[in-house]
Amino acid sequence: MTPAITPFSLLFASIFTSNILLANFLGMCSFISISKDMKSSNGLGLAVTMVLTVTTAVNWLILQLLQTLGLVYLRYIVFIIVIAAVVQMLEMIIDRVSQTLYMNLGIFLPLITVNCAILGVSLFMEIRNYSFIQSVVYGLGSGLGWWLAIMALSAIRKKVEKAPVPPGLKGAGITMIIIGFMAMAFIGFGGMLQVQ
Amino acid sequence: MSDVDTRPGAILKNNLWTSNPIFMQVLGICSALAVTNLLTNTAIMTIGVTFVTGFSNLTVSLLKKFMPRKVRMMVQTLIIAFYVIIVDIVLKAYLPEISRNLGPYVGLIITNCIIMGRAEAFAQSNDPIPSLWDGVTSGLGYMGVLMVIAVFRELLGFGTLFGFQILPDAFVPWTIMVMPPSAFFLLGIIIWVGKAAMNREGAPA
Repeated sequence: MTPAITPFSLLFASIFTSNILLANFLGMCSFISISKDMKSSNGLGLAVTMVLTVTTAVNWLILQLLQTLGLVYLRYIVFIIVIAAVVQMLEMIIDRVSQTLYMNLGIFLPLITVNCAILGVSLFMEIRNYSFIQSVVYGLGSGLGWWLAIMALSAIRKKVEKAPVPPGLKGAGITMIIIGFMAMAFIGFGGMLQVQ
Repeated sequence: MSDVDTRPGAILKNNLWTSNPIFMQVLGICSALAVTNLLTNTAIMTIGVTFVTGFSNLTVSLLKKFMPRKVRMMVQTLIIAFYVIIVDIVLKAYLPEISRNLGPYVGLIITNCIIMGRAEAFAQSNDPIPSLWDGVTSGLGYMGVLMVIAVFRELLGFGTLFGFQILPDAFVPWTIMVMPPSAFFLLGIIIWVGKAAMNREGAPA
């Protein structure tokens, strides 16, 4: 049942070949709105990576419990509650540890709860029957991939701001097209490794 | 919000065109772009989204008096998750094939920003019936854009529409249309066309 893939290749695959954002379209909302600013992108990328790793691990454990109890249909509700709780905890920890990071992330942290990437990774983990180690690695890799993608996009957007773009295409339009090109670039990695 | 026009016609026009969730607000594309490579999947997916948006708006509006402000996000999420589970179970029971194709994306309706956004922006401060209507029309506006993308992707990627052969056999399918980047390109172009048309109309862009 568990797919035979080494944790290392899974890490590589989830960052590059099947990037959660560019191949699975997850986490687009905050991706587009935050990528205007590089500093917040960096912070959000870090936060998403942390939340993804923790939630995937917790959700894997809870999924085993739900499976033994025969309550798998409740997984959406349970997953989302776990995610909300982890985000809340992370918010408190960041508040204590780094005030500057907290100020930068203040608005975005609650948004992570409804970030599709987080729930998406948990659902993919369930569908693909990953083992615990694989799930954690997959969560970490997806987070790193998301981080990489948002940093790349915000860097490109900085340049595009100064370029003459047709008025209708400004903002969201041109961003989508840039993401399209990025997705094509990442598909280039696809020949190296495939995960299902 | 008392400045929101709650007449049914105004809501319809607003949600389908002037503040269409996709090309004006770029919300909620996460969970749905992935299924736009086949028209049938897109149709089922967006019908699901419309159902969930409509009914979660209705429920949020009905319960708004009983919801403490501090936990309302959580309550809204749970209401949405409840309807998504219904959609998921119905799909599994009656359309198992499509349910398999959609995979995790049905569950991801929960995190679709449109639903949360409408619950927060409209249902929270309006009566149940206009809220239901607002949710349904938002879903339809969303459906419209995604269906357009799906038509292009399926027609050019497979030469079919709803699984029926449309283009002659001599047509060489564009592989790119089956792959993720094409969804981004098409959405970019649709946003462009939509915004350009709106600028010409003189509406605030």
